[in-house]
Amino acid sequence: MNKNQILEILKNLLRIRMTELKISVEYSKQKMRCPVHLSIGQEAIAAPLKVLLTKKDIVVSGHRAHAHYIGKGCNLEKFIFELYLKEKGFSRGKAGSMHLFDKKNGFYGSSPIVANSIPLGVGMGYYNKINKIDNVVLIFFGDGATEEGVFYESLNFAAIHNLRVLFICENNFYSVYSNLKFRQPHNRKISEISKSLGIYSIKENGNDIRITTKTLSKALNFIKKNSKPILIEYSTFRFVEHCGPNKDDHLKYRNQSELNYWMKNDPIKIMYKFINNKDKSLLHKFKRNFNNELNSIFLKAEKLKYPKESVAYTNLYNEKS
Amino acid sequence: MRKVKFHQAINMALEYSLKRDKSMILYGLGVSDPKEIFETTINLQKKFGSQRVFDTPNSENALTGMGIGYGMMGGRVVMTHQRLDFSLLSLDQLINNAAKLFYTSDGKFSVPITIRLIVGRGWGQGPNHSQALQSLFAHIPGLKVVSPSNPNNAYHLLISSIFDNNPTIFIEHRWLHNQEGRIDKIYKPKKIKSFEKISTGRDLTIVCNSLMTIESIKANKILKKNKIKCDIINLLSINPLNLNVVIKSVKKTGKLIVCDIDHGHISISSEIISSVASYRKNIFKKKPIKISMPNYPTPTGPSLTKNFYPNFINIIKSSEKILNRNIKIPKNKLEEIKLHDIPFKNYTGPF
Repeated sequence: MNKNQILEILKNLLRIRMTELKISVEYSKQKMRCPVHLSIGQEAIAAPLKVLLTKKDIVVSGHRAHAHYIGKGCNLEKFIFELYLKEKGFSRGKAGSMHLFDKKNGFYGSSPIVANSIPLGVGMGYYNKINKIDNVVLIFFGDGATEEGVFYESLNFAAIHNLRVLFICENNFYSVYSNLKFRQPHNRKISEISKSLGIYSIKENGNDIRITTKTLSKALNFIKKNSKPILIEYSTFRFVEHCGPNKDDHLKYRNQSELNYWMKNDPIKIMYKFINNKDKSLLHKFKRNFNNELNSIFLKAEKLKYPKESVAYTNLYNEKS
Repeated sequence: MRKVKFHQAINMALEYSLKRDKSMILYGLGVSDPKEIFETTINLQKKFGSQRVFDTPNSENALTGMGIGYGMMGGRVVMTHQRLDFSLLSLDQLINNAAKLFYTSDGKFSVPITIRLIVGRGWGQGPNHSQALQSLFAHIPGLKVVSPSNPNNAYHLLISSIFDNNPTIFIEHRWLHNQEGRIDKIYKPKKIKSFEKISTGRDLTIVCNSLMTIESIKANKILKKNKIKCDIINLLSINPLNLNVVIKSVKKTGKLIVCDIDHGHISISSEIISSVASYRKNIFKKKPIKISMPNYPTPTGPSLTKNFYPNFINIIKSSEKILNRNIKIPKNKLEEIKLHDIPFKNYTGPF
């Protein structure tokens, strides 16, 4: 990986964080009238996608999908306009934050139903296999999704048919407020579920951009070389509430030592620790420019027109033959 | 064309479609097993290979999602369940994904998949092997729900469903599999047909689908002998539901009997009656009648199902009521329903 690519990944890390922070600031104005599940704290897993994947590689995701959409280099304007549910959003206000799409850039959907986009990604992998297409499908989900039957069913099918699919579990230890220890057996890693099905599986730190870049890149090479699925379990942490723009730690469902540990391991903080001064100033410049870009997109989004009511009654069925 | 059985017509439609579209896959538990889904998938794996035609794990939900993902890439899909009841494990994928993705993506992703659901009846099928649930599927915006009643419309409707670019629930009654008939040649896939007129008459309108169309045809023979002429409308599609033909017919007859293969409460038959009742003026001369399964789970034993599944005798009795006259039923026809829980005389089960 060359210097520019590394820098691009670091910029992407900031791009995701800054966009999510901007959403959280603007959200209270009641102009984005749809639930948002922000990725703040979990950006390091998605930031390398833009550099490591081509547009033809496919990503699907769950409810916490903003990072994956931005990380893959999808259309930022159409995304923000969609959060504002305006006519120029990618689905003209029919979708909002919980149903993201950008077909051109290989983002084939996200879903707010836990685990329900996992089999879609597997089907895309099966299509690629029998039509001899080399691209990889990445399927993002959280720790909660691994408790659903469809997770096991999907892994099983991908293993039987040797699909070029990368399963990525972002384990942030909480399903809304419920800790993993109430939901899964003690001392059993999520990656062991897939391992027992014969799928090569690893568990890694998801907050250090150096580690996520390296492991994602290795996994993609493994898939391309062996035509087999892989699962990576990344441990990470969300910094704001499950759904919405605010901190919610006054509810005390996560203990203080846990919070301290993860705040120390903020992906942005880790990144600033290892980069040199030259890169720091480049990133500083990037931040200034991107901040202006964000401000103008959000201003534009506020001013845009809503779709006409009649738009609600379009595209129920595809009647083209 | 020569006479074929219903299950052969399904097989021919699948073969035609697999040949026509190289992207099409066909799968489901048992597709390539020795019984080959009641012979409907016979020889297809041999002809098209195990990547396109394949047996699956028992993972109804993931495999439905898999088909949806495959469809989003532009491929066509047919998934088969040997009983409709098994497909209930896949309702999340059908309702939350298949039915919604074209809409939420604002037309960017289509879901060209067909789900074959086989409905059982009689011979101990009981509460988990006999559900038709057509109204449940028809309730979901974005799904299409169709059902054939004979080899010819099965052949054409299955091809139309496969080449339709939307998720289509194809409800296939197990008791139709042995029906025999000629099939019309196909030149190219046509749009899904919404209904077929089975007979024409001024006295009474009968609306039916699937197996109840066969029962309506049986009833019609008796009615004809009694000089009663019926409009019989076989609904091939219940979602979308086009009721223009029903309204036109009831305007003429003023009398409507709706025959449902499913439970009658909160159902497509109730929907049809309420839609005709809310037409801008009252066109009923008599109160409409609904024939359906009762609001109970299906019992298993033969003594309990005697009056559970509706048949042509129910249609005759309802016709007597709505026409306010006696109808003579030939003795041999009454004999026929003594074997109420099997599809034909030599049937020995189990499915």
